[in-house]
Amino acid sequence: MILNSEQYRVNVAFAEMMKGGVIMDVINAEQAIIAERAGACAVMALERVPSDIRKEGGVARMTPVNIIREIKAAVSIPVMAKVRIGHFAEAQILEALAVDFIDESEVLTPADEEHHINKHAFKVPFVCGARNLGEALRRIAEGASMIRTKGEAGSGNIVEAVRHIRTIIKEMRHLTILGKEELVHEAKNLGAPLDLVEWVAAHGKLPVPNFSAGGIATPADAALVLQLGAEAVFVGSGIFKSSDPEMRARAIVKATTYYKDPAKLLEASEDLGAAMPGLDISKLPESELMQTRGW
Amino acid sequence: MGVLALQGDFERHVHALEIAGACAVEVRTAAEMQQCDDLVIPGGESTTMLKLLNLMDLKEPLREYLGLKSVFGTCAGAILMAKEVLNPAQECFGAMDLTVERNGYGRQVDSRVVQLSPSASFTERMGEGALEAVFIRAPIVRRAGAAATVLAEYEGNPVLLEQGRHMVATFHPELTDLTKDTRVHKLFLTKL
Repeated sequence: MILNSEQYRVNVAFAEMMKGGVIMDVINAEQAIIAERAGACAVMALERVPSDIRKEGGVARMTPVNIIREIKAAVSIPVMAKVRIGHFAEAQILEALAVDFIDESEVLTPADEEHHINKHAFKVPFVCGARNLGEALRRIAEGASMIRTKGEAGSGNIVEAVRHIRTIIKEMRHLTILGKEELVHEAKNLGAPLDLVEWVAAHGKLPVPNFSAGGIATPADAALVLQLGAEAVFVGSGIFKSSDPEMRARAIVKATTYYKDPAKLLEASEDLGAAMPGLDISKLPESELMQTRGW
Repeated sequence: MGVLALQGDFERHVHALEIAGACAVEVRTAAEMQQCDDLVIPGGESTTMLKLLNLMDLKEPLREYLGLKSVFGTCAGAILMAKEVLNPAQECFGAMDLTVERNGYGRQVDSRVVQLSPSASFTERMGEGALEAVFIRAPIVRRAGAAATVLAEYEGNPVLLEQGRHMVATFHPELTDLTKDTRVHKLFLTKL
């Protein structure tokens, strides 16, 4: 089983170190320094934050190499970067650059509409998005060491992130009450390998850390998805598109550590300034959704 | 037993301590810390933990705690407990006389799982047998003072040490197959 290989263990172990943390999207060294200072456990380097990608349109590609170098030189926390779904050549370049984690991300324009990257071919760990358990397990089967629920990136609206984390948690719970022959049927329904379905049924959780992304804009949003079962959060546009990024970054970090403590959440929610503007996802045309990219 | 749960793999330590026979809880406030007889500082990002200790006003309570009770730091926890930190220089608590270099082995692509031969002072107390060590962006102990006892080494550098009631590991004993080996956590329990 893939879960037993040494490379895989080491990569999943690294993902474990980010639990209870906040991974922040940054587009330059200056933002990366603010993120690190505010208590981010890692930064995600990219050319434009999702809300700008959404606004400006066009093809969104791998994070430019010079931006990654600049950010790596500026901070000592891990640096992640994004590649397009299926674009293994972009991933080879980021591995050669020694980024700490690669996000095969639906936020960028997909390069392959049928295939995701074979992540076993790499030493560097990957994180992939998922909307349901079947999608999460297919990505793990391909070698992802971390899953993040997709939500709807750049929307400032938590509704999709909630839908996806709830879906995955519910589907995992369901597996734990099934018999052996029912799991075979369920593996067929989920479109996921049986050995991973059996692992989830036995443990009631994913074999890799399960983080949340796509729409987190406030400390309360972070606390919500963590209480629903996410183990850490990615915050994209939510920080650097708000009126006071450093303050908001610190507040979301605090809310992530104290996600079960209402008094501390209140403290984290004081005097934050304006959140990023949000979008009503039900009014977005299907073609503008990012979460439906990949399968 | 408490496990500092600001950030990192604290859940895995709670699990490991329970398998080793202790009752463990997550610690996020000074009051919770004071209720525990022993504390584990888990793996994670040491810079992040340091920021959080500041942000949550836990620095002084932790300093006092280190002066009174036993603490076991793994990876990021070991960095916080050292006397001096390099690459880059960073604030630390000086609970053990060590100089530690962050990310001493390189970046994530250099992380690894290895088998170690623990020293006699470890095996005499905890039993014979190789020790599995999971290194994740691990620090390297560049200098250990005379007061610190080396319990295991890897490539000539100490990776498991004790000094009085305190203990540190630069690897992650909580990520080992705990159905096979919980000696490192059990050793810490003997310090209660």
